[in-house]
Amino acid sequence: MSYGVTRPIRSGPRTKGARGGLPPFQRFMDAHRDHVWRFLVSAVGPTDAEDCFQETFIAALHAYPRLRRDSNLRAWVLTIAHNKAMDAHRARTRRAVPVEDVAAVDGRSTSPRTNAPDETLWGAVRELPDRQRSAVTLRYMADLPHRDIAEAMGCSEEAARRSLHEGLTKLRKVVSA
Amino acid sequence: MTTGADSGFAELEQALRRGRRARSGERETAAAQAAARLSARIATEGLADITYAPVDSPFGTLLAAATGRGLVRLAFPEEDADTTLEGLARRISPRIVEAPASLERVRRELDEYFAGARRAFELPQDWTLMSAFAHKVLRATCEIPYGGVSSYAEVAAEAGSPRGSRAAGNALGSNPLPIVVPCHRVLRSGGNLGGYGGGLERKRWLLELEGAL
Repeated sequence: MSYGVTRPIRSGPRTKGARGGLPPFQRFMDAHRDHVWRFLVSAVGPTDAEDCFQETFIAALHAYPRLRRDSNLRAWVLTIAHNKAMDAHRARTRRAVPVEDVAAVDGRSTSPRTNAPDETLWGAVRELPDRQRSAVTLRYMADLPHRDIAEAMGCSEEAARRSLHEGLTKLRKVVSA
Repeated sequence: MTTGADSGFAELEQALRRGRRARSGERETAAAQAAARLSARIATEGLADITYAPVDSPFGTLLAAATGRGLVRLAFPEEDADTTLEGLARRISPRIVEAPASLERVRRELDEYFAGARRAFELPQDWTLMSAFAHKVLRATCEIPYGGVSSYAEVAAEAGSPRGSRAAGNALGSNPLPIVVPCHRVLRSGGNLGGYGGGLERKRWLLELEGAL
């Protein structure tokens, strides 16, 4: 199991706990599955997303009863999803599949000019360095505010802002090219 | 929220958000399907402490919930599902997932019972939610045969509290497993129906089904 799963998460004003306790796990899953899914598809592609999604929620289920009832559940589950996405990226690098094959397997394009403009853009996001890709994906796919991005990436809010800024700067060059 | 004072990213941010919206419908279906596969896997591998599912009945849709030991809660349609599940999360464990397959036996036995083809439930039960006194009262209640009735005073006496018929009534009223633990077979002395957590209409219906009225 990845680190960060049982780390206490500070509560936030947007925390939605059940009256007097943690919500039933199914409700927690219903509430956050779309954000987690969107984040994972963008971060690792549709092929690895299913495995990462299952591993994310299985890890969450294990740790769930020990969670503080006022935890920020969305930031928490995206922290786990982020760790699983990083694991998947590392595994893919280790498998050292040529880039063309990965593209074929994933059914996604690595040549950024074949699809609709917004697809090109998200294709470019996947090519960003790890931290920049994480920051951009957590911000625009999972809709997290900066401090929750920092939480999920295990860094300071300042560092998260910096990664996001660097990522956006790089992306702007891609789209205006 | 923007990325900061540098608003040179406004256009880019819009494009990123647009890319997300463009396929959001398709993605949400995929997410729902992935979540359903996940719930099924969690139930199959026994990773949840409680599984639940809706169960059809002549009274409407019941909510059935089970632990690894057996059926722990059966809720009538007018009981709010969220409230029921939150109660289970607080009292037993929040590791609760929806998994219709794991409630299959409950569904089958209830179907048979409502069709008049089953006189006794054999499904495993978990009586965790009952107090020690309720345990005794409901155990006595389970001794009343199909088609028979008893009185609050009698089950109280069986439970070891001959003068506790009011307490017995309370224990029966908070029965977490109505129908399966047949609290509907307990009437007021003299034949008056008494009360029922699920409403008197249902109590009468169940007793007629069993041929007791």
